[in-house]
Amino acid sequence: MAALDNRTEAPVMEIRPDALQAREAALDVREGVDEATVAAVASLGAYKYGFETDIETEYAPKGVNEDIVRLISDKNGEPAWMTDWRLSAFARWQEMQEPRHWPLLDLPEIDFQDQYYFARPKSMAVKPKSLDDVDPKLLETYKKLGIPLKEQEILAGVERPEGEQRKVAVDAVFDSVSVGTTFQAELRRAGVIFCSISEAIREHPELVRKYLGSVVPPSDNFYATLNSAVFSDGSFVYIPPGVRCPMELSTYFRINAENTGQFERTLIIADKGSYVSYLEGCTAPKRDIAQLHAAVVEIIVEEDAEVKYSTVQNWYPGDAEGKGGVLNYVTKRADCRGDRAKVMWTQVETGSAITWKYPSCILRGDDSQGEFYSIAIANNHQQADTGTKMVHLGKRTRSRIVSKGISAGHAQNTYRGLVSMHPKASESRNYTQCDSLLIGDQCGAHTVPYIEVRNASSRVEHEATTSKVDDDQLFYCRSRGVGEEEAVALVVNGFCKEVLQVLPMEFMVEAQQLVAISLEGSVG
Amino acid sequence: MTLARPNLRAQATEARLQALTLPEGGAWARAARMAALTRLQGLGLPVRRDEYWRFTDPATLTAPAPAPAQPLADDEAPAFAGIDALRLVFVDGRFDAAASDPLALSGVTIERLPDAAARDIHWAQGLYGVLEAEGQHPVARPLAALNTAFATDGVVIHVTGPVARPVHIVQRHEDPSSDALLHHLVKLDPGARLTLLESGPAAARLNSVMEVEVADGAALHHVRTQGRDHQRRTATHVFARLGQGSDFRSFTLTFNGVLTRNEMVVSLTGSDAVAHVAGAAVGDGDFHHDDTVFITHGAEGCESRQVFKKVLRGGATGVFQGKILVKAGAQKTDGYQLSQALLLDESSQFLAKPELEIYADDVKCSHGSTAGAIDETALFYLRSRGVPAREAMDLLTLAFLREALEEIADAALAEDLSARLEGWLARRR
Repeated sequence: MAALDNRTEAPVMEIRPDALQAREAALDVREGVDEATVAAVASLGAYKYGFETDIETEYAPKGVNEDIVRLISDKNGEPAWMTDWRLSAFARWQEMQEPRHWPLLDLPEIDFQDQYYFARPKSMAVKPKSLDDVDPKLLETYKKLGIPLKEQEILAGVERPEGEQRKVAVDAVFDSVSVGTTFQAELRRAGVIFCSISEAIREHPELVRKYLGSVVPPSDNFYATLNSAVFSDGSFVYIPPGVRCPMELSTYFRINAENTGQFERTLIIADKGSYVSYLEGCTAPKRDIAQLHAAVVEIIVEEDAEVKYSTVQNWYPGDAEGKGGVLNYVTKRADCRGDRAKVMWTQVETGSAITWKYPSCILRGDDSQGEFYSIAIANNHQQADTGTKMVHLGKRTRSRIVSKGISAGHAQNTYRGLVSMHPKASESRNYTQCDSLLIGDQCGAHTVPYIEVRNASSRVEHEATTSKVDDDQLFYCRSRGVGEEEAVALVVNGFCKEVLQVLPMEFMVEAQQLVAISLEGSVG
Repeated sequence: MTLARPNLRAQATEARLQALTLPEGGAWARAARMAALTRLQGLGLPVRRDEYWRFTDPATLTAPAPAPAQPLADDEAPAFAGIDALRLVFVDGRFDAAASDPLALSGVTIERLPDAAARDIHWAQGLYGVLEAEGQHPVARPLAALNTAFATDGVVIHVTGPVARPVHIVQRHEDPSSDALLHHLVKLDPGARLTLLESGPAAARLNSVMEVEVADGAALHHVRTQGRDHQRRTATHVFARLGQGSDFRSFTLTFNGVLTRNEMVVSLTGSDAVAHVAGAAVGDGDFHHDDTVFITHGAEGCESRQVFKKVLRGGATGVFQGKILVKAGAQKTDGYQLSQALLLDESSQFLAKPELEIYADDVKCSHGSTAGAIDETALFYLRSRGVPAREAMDLLTLAFLREALEEIADAALAEDLSARLEGWLARRR
């Protein structure tokens, strides 16, 4: 068994005084965030979350092998069946090759033996009993990020009408471990299980064993298989039959440690007739070296159940020259097992050096429904190859895809999607709309849809357009005294409206601001 | 123990090459054929797991010998019979001089490919295999390289001025085991104009390549129909390079055929060029029809338009792979692409991959793709007006195909093809 070595990271904070003043003026100050935080964040430029938490971290030795897989399993206190599951995935992974040829991405070579696969704050070695026991540095980090780990608190920056009480339960994942999950007691009263996946493996092995890998099999693809072998933590949700989850659930992922891959695993089970809305957010410090993030999300939707999954992805995108950033290679899939099951994916992808993911819906139950709403923004040297798969297997299944891609700077942005109507999926429907917007003549926008219709009573409609930001609209805004960048942000927000509207309210506000920030420096 | 996986591509390529011999020719032709052979050996023939052949199995197109295909008994007037054109007749992929018109027409010189290839110096040197080689990037088209290396016949057309009549390449299929390799060249000088007609079926198996150079301000109108015999297999490539302000229009009508793969590779290299490619295909049973289009916008202010419609019945498969590539700097591009399929029964299928790849910002590009059954409401309306069910279906089918036929710029040609479509539907009523 490999031993852990201890390291302390030195803080990396570069402050450019000249840029500082300009940024300070441009940044909006969020409610509940103190001045010092604002100053620190402002010094980091447009990417607000690029700071690093100076905290003692323990790592597993670099590289990946059977011992590391066993070590991760051991650290999480897993039973033998889970360790074996990981080891068989690892054996499969060693035979697989990274698919480098088909995505429209310039993929960097990753040295899989030069990464840490397990990193956790030292203070988390013994899991704290409650949030009061959590290292204050960690709590400070989440406070800076605007993530409420104190119960009863609502997300910063959102104004609510008087009297409306809306709660969000949060599972916070820091590097390889879950820091804490809020509102667990209240959720438990409703019968909802919301905890970290490592906890679920220990406490609810029957559920995990039944569902884990049933939507994304361990051998599904290169990165999903790697994830199956080395995933360290993530969230687990079970909504019992007939229960409408009393609050929104949310997971917040933070990569802090250097040279560390984050492999989280999320498993959501919505039993018959239940409902849940799930939010996911993520950030990482600014670093010169690309960081790998390969997550797997599995969603099981039983008869008459409904799941909404919303993501605002804001990993560090790299600097203006394309140095550093997060490699976001994620497998997300929902399986509508029962009749009339419904799933809705909403994603706002503004961060990451490379985004490579296709949140998918398997519409197995009759009359089941899948929806995919996406905004993907790529600026500077960012690359995105993202879209969805709608696999229609059941009768009268319906799907809807609305994708808005925005490219600026030197970025490449691709929509890649599949709509497949199987022979038995009679009277099914799909509507797809992919719009791309180009800002500047050095970027690219691409659309690669696959359409497979294998029965005649189904109807598939696909539309795609590509255009530049409308000069007339810009001129109108400018003539009314709106600054150039602000005008572009306005036009882009209008372009994305159909997707922004379906986001939960907390995310809508954040997403609109992100759209503006992501495009900073793209004009003029 | 490790077992070496059999390399299907290498095996298929080797087997096919053994069944072929390089034709005789002059120095330039031999060089062009050798270069194509090297290209082919480098690429290897396509296999099913190639992304570009995802929806169509190339096995019968690459097999050493063609599967037998019975010619269809002639029971209708030949295509474009009413059009006054210079006729060049090919029977099972071989030029039939006796059946053809004399190769004399003002404004154009027409030669057979073997005659041009026999000469030591010929203008064809600048075109033969040249556009095909350029068209191998970014997607390999090995069947076209095979054609350049081994094509046995074809015509070489040089248009220098206004041409009084259309040129019509008439193809006949008589031998049930014929395997035709035809390679045509069409070169239009600046300002020249030509209408080129093609009618088939050509052979039990046809591999045809046409390389088209449309110089500045020239215009080519290409209309073809691919015959009704059912068992034939066809792979065609048209490579077109368009100069400044030139105009290229191509329309293909396909009836039946076990397997048809039509690749259209158009490169807009001069500014303000226009390319319209369109097609209509109708088939039933084990009909498999594949339109693969690749349009590259390499200059400013060009317009491209694709309209493809398919009617599928009785287990037929329709495939559309269309791509618009707009290179950096090709500003003011207007690209449009439409692919639609009408599925007349449960067992038919439509597989499509309509792609856009765009590296310039001041562009207007869009595509649309739909697949579905006949509109029940429209059918009900016609039935309520006393139109019998089958006739009503045919009316709606024709209405669906009309949008593609309207892409034919010449009314007489459109009328000829429209009448043939109606005849095809009526025979199946």
